[in-house]
Amino acid sequence: MSPIINQTLQLADTCLILGQRNSEWCAHGPILEQDIAITNITLDLIGQARHFYQYAAELISKSENKTITEDALAYLRTERAFKNWLICELPNEDWAHTVLRQFFFSSFQLLLFEELEKNSDSQLSAIATKSIKEIKYHIKWSSEWVIRLGDGTEESNNRINKALQILWPYTGEFFMPADYEIISVGPLQEKWLLSIKEIFDEAGLTMPENIFMQSGGKSGIHTEHLGFILSELQYLQRAYPGAEW
Amino acid sequence: MNIQIRKFYYGDIPEETGGNSTSIKTTQESGWPLWEIFIRSKQGLDHKHAGSLHAADAQMAIENARDVYTRRQEGVSIWVVESKYIHATNPDDAEMFYEPAADKVYRHPTFYDLPDEVKHM
Amino acid sequence: MSIHELEKIFQDKIDKEIKIEPKDWMPEAYRKTNIRQISQHAHSEIVGMLPEGNWISRAPSLKRKAILIAKVQDEAGHGLYLYSAAETLGSSREQMIDDLHSGKAKYSSIFNYPTLTWADMGAVGWLVDGAAILNQVMLCRTSYGPYARAMVRICKEESFHQRQGFESLLVLSKGTKEQRDMCQDAINRWWWPSLMMFGPKDSESTNSDQSIKWKIKRKTNDELRQQFVDMIAEQVKLLGMTLPDPHLKWNESRKHYDFGEINWEEFWNVVKGNGPCNKQRLEARIKAHEEGAWVREAALAYSSKKQSRSNAKVA
Repeated sequence: MSPIINQTLQLADTCLILGQRNSEWCAHGPILEQDIAITNITLDLIGQARHFYQYAAELISKSENKTITEDALAYLRTERAFKNWLICELPNEDWAHTVLRQFFFSSFQLLLFEELEKNSDSQLSAIATKSIKEIKYHIKWSSEWVIRLGDGTEESNNRINKALQILWPYTGEFFMPADYEIISVGPLQEKWLLSIKEIFDEAGLTMPENIFMQSGGKSGIHTEHLGFILSELQYLQRAYPGAEW
Repeated sequence: MNIQIRKFYYGDIPEETGGNSTSIKTTQESGWPLWEIFIRSKQGLDHKHAGSLHAADAQMAIENARDVYTRRQEGVSIWVVESKYIHATNPDDAEMFYEPAADKVYRHPTFYDLPDEVKHM
Repeated sequence: MSIHELEKIFQDKIDKEIKIEPKDWMPEAYRKTNIRQISQHAHSEIVGMLPEGNWISRAPSLKRKAILIAKVQDEAGHGLYLYSAAETLGSSREQMIDDLHSGKAKYSSIFNYPTLTWADMGAVGWLVDGAAILNQVMLCRTSYGPYARAMVRICKEESFHQRQGFESLLVLSKGTKEQRDMCQDAINRWWWPSLMMFGPKDSESTNSDQSIKWKIKRKTNDELRQQFVDMIAEQVKLLGMTLPDPHLKWNESRKHYDFGEINWEEFWNVVKGNGPCNKQRLEARIKAHEEGAWVREAALAYSSKKQSRSNAKVA
């Protein structure tokens, strides 16, 4: 498959898997207002995933001369074909884990999509433009929570530090290029670290140093969690092949 | 006053009829304060009271209002004010507050009879 | 003014369709009835998120997933509007939530039934939301202002819920045999519990009905139930499915559908906590609330720190 298809699928899978994880909060949030807030982010992510899947489906349909749908791509591909960033598939731990992951994720997503917006592929550029408005809000929301929890109570500070230990090793993957990537991600790292540091300073958090970084998601080497996510996500499509819903 | 409500409806099951009371610890937690939300639905219109919600601070109240009250593009601008800062007239004062205006009919244009020939006035 | 005179003024307002607002004088029983009804209604929205929330991770297409998430999220919004309406009567949200968790306050029993297959999402939207909407449309004219306004907002948003439910069943009804069976099975399981949502029969009531007199409620249980049966009995034909009631039959002289007797023993048992999911629903709510406690505390702590820092700057 062409680099552009692979890149599109990576972004689609990434948004879908984080959307799937965040959707676990729906009906279980810490307070009604925030249940609604995290679910808005979930809906944005699933919307972004759909745009990318639809575009990938269009490209694949054209190149392979058959009809592929967004759902076929989301529901009928297997673990090794998924290209999402590893950080998305990690199980939800607590609110601190969720807001910190969202903060890391969205801060990188913004930088990436600003590059994507400049891409000569007009479809990808258009999806990026639309998504950036959403992402900016996600950063605002999640960074405020990171500060609140970092500078809140002793317990919240402990919890966000624990989340930091879990999540940090999965942030390096953002900047490790996969062979098909059409955007050069390495150079984005410095800017990303700066934006994280600014919020961490306000939250009283320290950036870990010299941590070994996990990677592999972009090329289909995942954690054990992804298989379970897919078996739930894809269950109906697998149990009733070919049915319309 | 002794009113017996014996009949109940969807959303109105009397407490005594329900069993299953489990005793759990009740939190004495002080919750997030209540905020009143005002939304401008489009440019050129006034902000209108939309409802209320809970938030830890003003910034969060604005964001919660965005998520709670503008999910369907109901707004272009949001005001929030902590509910405790809203001051209101007392309904007991309604007569002295509002009724004296009732007989000032001369304040309304319809009070004046003009010949039909006068247009646009 | 004596209580008697105040009550008369109050009732006159109600009779003239003047809404009662939070600071107006009202009989204590009116306040209590409203708090109880509005908070039960709010609890129903919140607990109602759980049976549908179950299927978010398994929704069969991206479109259905987005619709389901948006719908469950709307229910959170509706619960929030209703809690706010009840708060105008002097009951705090914490108190109401405590009452829900301790079992003191009730919620609609329908949500104590399990959602077993994907078709249940359609059936819940069509039947359960359909039944709820009849009640809610009536409540848009309820006498307590904040409750009526919350209901107007809710009704506006709810209109998509029932439609998406029916549409989702329509797709199943045109699908494979397995899908059609799934659709009929869900209708069979949700039909009777939906009828129970309207509450006990009018004849069970011996007293004059205060809620009607106060215009909190404007139609009786049996009137609403009949309206629901008449509506659904026609719509089910469009699905090519049937309702599981051998006594369901058009009555030309009444101009209504006759229908069979509800299993009242089951109704009371589910209300009393013996339904299939009562325990797990409450446990899920309690768990979310307890696990959220540190989050809520942290936000408050941060807010007060920020406040005192900015005060210090000013000083």
